[in-house]
Amino acid sequence: MTRKAGDNPKDLLFEKTTAVFAFGVLFLAFLLFALLVRESLPAIRKFGAAFLVTKTWDPVAESFGALPFIYGTLVSSFIALLIAVPLAVGSAIFINEFAPEWLKTPVAFLAELLAAIPSVIYGLWGIFVLVPVLRDWLMKPAASYLGFLPLFKGPVYGPSMLAAGMLLSIMIIPFILSVSREVLATVPRLQKEAVLSLGGTHWEMIRIVIGQHCIPGIFGATILGLGRALGETMAVTMVIGNRPDILLSIFQPGYSMAAVIANEFTEATGELYLSALVEIGLVLFLLTFVVNFAAKWILKTMVSRAARGL
Amino acid sequence: MENALKVKDLCAWFGNHQVLNNITMDIRRHAVTSVMGPSGCGKSTFIRCLNRMHDLTPGFRVAGEVLFDGRDIYSEKIDPVLLRRKVGMVFQQPNPFPRMSAFENVAVGLKFNGKKRSRSELAEAVEKSLRMAALWDELKDHLDRLGSSLSGGQQQRLCIARALAVEPEVLLMDEPCSALDPVSTAKIEELIEDLSDKYTIVVVTHNMQQAGRISDYVAFFLLGDLIEMDKAARIFTNPADKRTEEYITGRFG
Repeated sequence: MTRKAGDNPKDLLFEKTTAVFAFGVLFLAFLLFALLVRESLPAIRKFGAAFLVTKTWDPVAESFGALPFIYGTLVSSFIALLIAVPLAVGSAIFINEFAPEWLKTPVAFLAELLAAIPSVIYGLWGIFVLVPVLRDWLMKPAASYLGFLPLFKGPVYGPSMLAAGMLLSIMIIPFILSVSREVLATVPRLQKEAVLSLGGTHWEMIRIVIGQHCIPGIFGATILGLGRALGETMAVTMVIGNRPDILLSIFQPGYSMAAVIANEFTEATGELYLSALVEIGLVLFLLTFVVNFAAKWILKTMVSRAARGL
Repeated sequence: MENALKVKDLCAWFGNHQVLNNITMDIRRHAVTSVMGPSGCGKSTFIRCLNRMHDLTPGFRVAGEVLFDGRDIYSEKIDPVLLRRKVGMVFQQPNPFPRMSAFENVAVGLKFNGKKRSRSELAEAVEKSLRMAALWDELKDHLDRLGSSLSGGQQQRLCIARALAVEPEVLLMDEPCSALDPVSTAKIEELIEDLSDKYTIVVVTHNMQQAGRISDYVAFFLLGDLIEMDKAARIFTNPADKRTEEYITGRFG
């Protein structure tokens, strides 16, 4: 470590103090992890690795398995990505490449403002607007015409995996959008001009520079959105239907890891019940940690490539 | 027709800042015309006007005419996309597409605007372009190498091949050697001379020796004005304007 500010004791004191704060954050994260592990020990001892692949969730019989929740979290997040990525990347392309100057800032600002809305508000909007509209205009017709496909099988209730995925997609669009815009802005000007100079259209220019420069970055943005979607609790709890079951149809209710913890924590009476919920928290913690870590790493390699002018 | 391009009273502005003042010049068909001058004299801005490369620059505006095939390229009837297929460009920094193979780099322009070509047609066009760019012998067994993995000089010749593949009539080169070593520079200069049999070439350079070696005609720019334009031999031996003489004898610039 280099000492920049000489031996001034006040500087030294300042440096040490900030270092304590910085390591304090790391220590807190470690403490959180250690606590999750300690509290889940009874469940880990009782069920072992089978906890992750067991479908039963029966508090009365004290038989717990996390699979329905893991499945619900993954599927609702996947639906969210499926909707959010094309919308967000498309908006980023529009804002950066096509929108007139006077429109850029307001559109980008409003889209990014979506991130500031509290998730319980999203949840309420989901219950009163999104779910009824989806149920009457999309799920009912789809189930009656395409119901023979396992993916769209009825009966239709409203609260469902699809509703959760759609609500999540709106919530993660701002994150994917803003990272995608930054990624698009890193494309070297000379690369765009190369396409134009060969007689490429504006659209061909965008297609080529995205293929040549933006795929890793957009992938990173997607993983960042996934990280948000996996952990989202309140809005999902309000529209997913909260049924601990694994059903192939996206019109059927499901349950997510975050939702089951929020819903059942207060009523978890037995030690094992509580411990099983904490273990679900531990699984979620590890999953989001890995996803965010991967996103950071991908973005870093992309940025260093851009810096080398490739 | 003797002239490939006729420029009449061309003025250009970035915002309120005028960078070209009433440029009028004829660019001779199948000859090498060098645009020479000190930094900031408007020479790059000028050749980028010839294929409407400034179209996407906010605040950029031109006045006057640039006639290509007898029509003003800034008139509303001209599609800049089609114009750029006829008036190609090579840039100061080699800019191959980094994640495309050498083959794809050369073929990419042939696939634009919804054109479909068979694999063998593409292969033929790529070989022809790489031969013209004096790169075929070096690359014929390595056509799958990525654009970014080639040396700087090879990248620049790849960019020339890429520009030639779409069969332009005019090739604009904006200081094509300034990022290259002397050996690569010599190769590109040789290439420019060979290509001038079939193509009209406009080269921007601030290197007088280079202008002297490769040019049939030389235009000297200073602070946005065209000071004079003449046959290369005349400019370097007996320039009409005192400022040109001062520049070529190294008294400024």
